[in-house]
Amino acid sequence: MELKDRVPECLRNNVAIVKLDELFRWAHANSIWPLSSGLACCAIEMMSTATARFDLARFGYEVFRPCPRQADLLIVAGTLTYKMTPPLIRLYEEMPEPKYVIAMGSCAIAGGPFADSYSVVEGVDQVLPVDVYIPGCPPRPEALIDGMLKLREKILHPERAMTECACLAQEAERK
Amino acid sequence: MEKSLLSGIARWIHGEISTLTGSPLLSDLVLIVIGIAALLGIISLAAIVFTYAERKVCAFMQMRLGPNRVGGRFGLLQPVADMLKLMSKEDIMPAGADKVLWALSPALLFVPAALVYAFFPFDAGAVLVDVNVGVFLLLAISSQAVLPFLMGGYASNNKYSMIGGFRIVSQMISYEAPLLFSLLGILMITGSMRLEDIVLAQQGGHWFLFLQPLAFIIFLISAIAETNRTPFDLVEGESEIIAGPFTEYSGMRWALFFLAEYANLLTAAILATTFFLGGYLGPSFLPGFVWFTLKSVAMVFLIMWFRWTFPRTRVDQMLSFSWKALLPLAILNVFLTGAIMYALDLV
Repeated sequence: MELKDRVPECLRNNVAIVKLDELFRWAHANSIWPLSSGLACCAIEMMSTATARFDLARFGYEVFRPCPRQADLLIVAGTLTYKMTPPLIRLYEEMPEPKYVIAMGSCAIAGGPFADSYSVVEGVDQVLPVDVYIPGCPPRPEALIDGMLKLREKILHPERAMTECACLAQEAERK
Repeated sequence: MEKSLLSGIARWIHGEISTLTGSPLLSDLVLIVIGIAALLGIISLAAIVFTYAERKVCAFMQMRLGPNRVGGRFGLLQPVADMLKLMSKEDIMPAGADKVLWALSPALLFVPAALVYAFFPFDAGAVLVDVNVGVFLLLAISSQAVLPFLMGGYASNNKYSMIGGFRIVSQMISYEAPLLFSLLGILMITGSMRLEDIVLAQQGGHWFLFLQPLAFIIFLISAIAETNRTPFDLVEGESEIIAGPFTEYSGMRWALFFLAEYANLLTAAILATTFFLGGYLGPSFLPGFVWFTLKSVAMVFLIMWFRWTFPRTRVDQMLSFSWKALLPLAILNVFLTGAIMYALDLV
């Protein structure tokens, strides 16, 4: 039986019924507050995403919190060096659950042009669980917005993201 | 007492319950509970509406659109999503924190912020607690907000919180003085500390905004400093001390701080309305509380306007501005008011 069928006929137009999980998923997906932390030049693109031309605020994601305790999303915007790794991990660990990580730009994805350097971590996914990768060097603000909307999809439909992951893994195995 | 819609409704409820139960005591009790519930409703509703309004006002001032995706084309459900998210976030308590003080701080901060609403005349006769020392009580209670901030800063066991707590204490105590002195002129003219008397003294468009313009400016600046908003938001100067005393608070505890902040914003706007803009008085084609709401919302908009157009002040400038500029000017205002009243034989 559908959930909404349990509502008496006369109340259909006045009552909205929703699962608590779905409600909170909707809330998390529509109110992602990023931590205002930037490692390198991608952070400049991150800043301009919130400006008038691109306006991240349309989606309600413009609340950049300076404090990890009130943030939901860590945008790793830039090159991660070995020296910066412990502070970044600490920032991530200080954030309350549920928390998400976006790897922005080729440096954050795989070290970018500095991949061969002795000091650069080859991708933040070696130290943090990354949810969305945004390619580009640096990615344009539209790309960041698209990445955050992908994250929104992922939060709203975790099962879909899981099956996609499983498909990718199967493909990788076949190869 | 002259008639107004709100007090009429209250009288009607009182009469109905009296006839139903036959006990005036019970109906008094019910009326008090309804009043408290209404005030708490106003505060929570204001917090939700103002978070949305602030983001929209900010967006329009920066030539952006602001939230327009969540809940229709105006983004009306954005604060609902934020609230639900804050409710369901993990509750982190720092290991080295003073647990009792730390947990008490947000709750205690909300107490003075909500308590002052009992004294506001929302309409003719629509006051929850009508006392003849209203102004005095109001300022005494609202100055208690300093302590919870310091408690939170101290109990978090975090250097940023501690420094933020120190800053907030120095700022709020410094600006309490000019705030108080700016209201003295009005108290001298009206000769009463009852808020409704102050409103009634402004009948016929003789707003204290016109009689005491200097006091209004001083009051506005001090009130903004008291509510810790830009240009006086040194408390959470994020480039220096992250989020001030709120640094260690997450989820719902932080939301309580937020709620108190917006309650204080509305308090500042209501105080300005009551003291300087004629409170609920206005042309009679609209009921009094509508005028009251309109004026208060206009004041809230003015304070938001300030927030998105002024940069943050420096700590040393902030303190010297209060003690060296605002306070002497406020005292000068008191002397001028006294001199003019003496010259006009009003004493």
